[in-house]
Amino acid sequence: MALLQISEPGMSAAPHEHKLAVGIDLGTTNSLVATVRSGLSHVLGDEHGHTLLPSVVHYAENGVVVVGTEAQKKQNSDPHNTIVSVKRFMGRGLKDIDTTQLPYHFAEQAGMLQIETRAGIKSPVEVSAEILKVLKARAEEALGGELIGAVITVPAYFDDAQRQATKDAARLAGLNVFRLLNEPTAAAVAYGLDNASEGVYVIYDLGGGTFDVSILQLSKGVFEVLATNGDSALGGDDFDHRIYCWILETAKLSPRNAHDTRLLMSKSREAKEWLTAHAETQISCLMSDGEFVNLTISCEQFTALTANLVQKTLSPIRKAMRDAGLSIENIDGVVMVGGATRMPQIQQVVAEYFKQTPLTNLDPDKVVALGAAIQANVLAGNKSDDELLLLDVIPLSLGLETFGGLAEKVIHRNSTLPVARAQEFTTYKDGQTAMSIHVVQGERELVSDCRSLARFDLRGIPPMVAGAARIRVTFTVDADGLLSVSAREISSNVEAHIAVKPSYGLSEDEITNMLKASFNSAEADKSARMLTEARVSAGAIISAVNAALEADSALINKDQVSAIQDEIKRLAAICTTDDTDAIHAGVETLNHATEEFAAVRMNASVSRALAGKALDEIKL
Amino acid sequence: MTENYFELFGLAPSFNIELATFENNFRKIQSASHPDRFVTGTAAEKLSAMQLATLANEAYQTLKSPANRAKYLLELQGIKAISETNTAMPTDFLMQQMEWREALEDAKAAKDIVALEQLHAEIQLEGKALHANLVDLLDIKKDYSTATDTTRKLIFIDKVCADINKAIEHLDN
Repeated sequence: MALLQISEPGMSAAPHEHKLAVGIDLGTTNSLVATVRSGLSHVLGDEHGHTLLPSVVHYAENGVVVVGTEAQKKQNSDPHNTIVSVKRFMGRGLKDIDTTQLPYHFAEQAGMLQIETRAGIKSPVEVSAEILKVLKARAEEALGGELIGAVITVPAYFDDAQRQATKDAARLAGLNVFRLLNEPTAAAVAYGLDNASEGVYVIYDLGGGTFDVSILQLSKGVFEVLATNGDSALGGDDFDHRIYCWILETAKLSPRNAHDTRLLMSKSREAKEWLTAHAETQISCLMSDGEFVNLTISCEQFTALTANLVQKTLSPIRKAMRDAGLSIENIDGVVMVGGATRMPQIQQVVAEYFKQTPLTNLDPDKVVALGAAIQANVLAGNKSDDELLLLDVIPLSLGLETFGGLAEKVIHRNSTLPVARAQEFTTYKDGQTAMSIHVVQGERELVSDCRSLARFDLRGIPPMVAGAARIRVTFTVDADGLLSVSAREISSNVEAHIAVKPSYGLSEDEITNMLKASFNSAEADKSARMLTEARVSAGAIISAVNAALEADSALINKDQVSAIQDEIKRLAAICTTDDTDAIHAGVETLNHATEEFAAVRMNASVSRALAGKALDEIKL
Repeated sequence: MTENYFELFGLAPSFNIELATFENNFRKIQSASHPDRFVTGTAAEKLSAMQLATLANEAYQTLKSPANRAKYLLELQGIKAISETNTAMPTDFLMQQMEWREALEDAKAAKDIVALEQLHAEIQLEGKALHANLVDLLDIKKDYSTATDTTRKLIFIDKVCADINKAIEHLDN
């Protein structure tokens, strides 16, 4: 057996070394992890070779957290402590969810809903982190090393709170999130690269709990999303639920306990899957009160029961087509993604709408993870000459509450990311030093019909007469689709302080506390770990800046070069001490010292990219 | 870093732009500056990537839409196409506006999506005719005063079209 060469984390020797990165599809029903090996994207399996990890988390009596198939087996016997489809709860409050059919005990509180389990009150973020931890461990076991980062997919139609919750879950699981990638975009990457497609493609993605439609222009390795739409509360689960309601009605069953509900839901799901390839199926099960249910459902009955669910997917499609300014003749192909698209009635309606047979040649369960892995591989820098570039959009407009409870749009849906918009505000009372800003997401005119994202309190506005202050608030949405806000009073140039109260998210403190709680090691271990991490990040920035100087030091003058080199030496010296805080501060200082250099390099690389244009001609 | 969108894209400032070059250069700029290229980079690199990619997107959106492109060209001449003191519209265009608005309201009341789609197509056609005028006014004659009126019409047309789409969406829900 060959000996593995092991280097200090972050100090990895060879630049051409393959960096370990994965794509994770964190699904409502199943989750997967994939990676690129020898140029090909593969889904990684567990020790039994199973690639699909059921997104089920069971908090067992012995204190162990069980995830996947074993947890799934507990959902009938211990429904209160077995969380399924947790993705539906991400970034959501109690009033957003129909809890009547759910077996869980929800904790009464504002903000994101919380579930009472025997292991304590759990946020959907913590439950999702358990799933991610298992996938991380699976990948590290299979790849034989620590991951440098991951791309995690989210439904394109996820709002800011749902995205933030997903990113928080990954942080809790100890993953470095390279990027949150929209599921249909990930599928387009896997499909487009596999088939060398060019043109305009529609991705129809019906997962366990979410529906997305994205329209993309594929051209020479650039995947440009033209428009996206969807329904973040519509998925395969709803089809199960229709069968479940049909059983209750047909068998004239009285309201059921949690155990029976779970059992009937499982039977409904099995029936749905069976009907994909069969004309009819039998549903038989024994209820806890001894009653025996025995029914037969046909394909036609199932199609009729779910016709309006299928129709519900057409309205988002029409919206996306209008936003993209396209008609059906412009569409070169329709790619089906998500296990639920196996249902024949869905394929039929999609074929009728687009007047063409949808493309089903990729495994609809795996295509998202495969695409995410390709993106993760590129982001890790494993392929420097790669042409792959994804230009995605914000799915829902961002707005502000104005007078009379109206929402004013600041950033429109389907704007290409990253995007920034500034808006000016003024004070309305003399001497006013603070103001409150309410950020909402959605298309409706009334704030009450939109989703509340956060409230920002701006403080430290210099006292002036009413209407004299000019506060410029800048909304920035990054490539993950996440919003950040900054504010400045223009006349005095005072940076206003912003206190963020996310409406459905976790605060920074809550995350920190969860992270702390997850370190069950001794205090000494904890600080040793933090010191190692600080040194790793210092090492990473030093080597990055050194590489940048080597390549482009000619772009700045000698004094600037030596100033940066001095900071590198200073940080290297601090790294030999055990002072974690000082190392972090040193990293910060070096970063700041290289800001101008980074900007100059960026401009130079853009100039190089615009072929045939000399630097001074473009005057960047 | 230039704030001039045309310079950023390596284009001469004109209403009639070479679309293929424009699209290609946008992709080249994004390929070089998109934050995806700097995921493992330093905080300083991420910051400048974010800034440049955001500027490129803003510039792309502005130049892609004919109404916004014309408005931007006028701004470069120091002219604000839409301002509180500059709202005059020729009578015939005002009449046409009112007709469109009435047609929109009628179709909305009748919940007639087909009529709304037809109205949308009709107004779009009207807009396309204005594009040809703007090439002449902005690029050849440099008649910025008339171009301002035409740009304002185009902006208005975009607004009616957006309202029609909103109405269709509302009916579709």
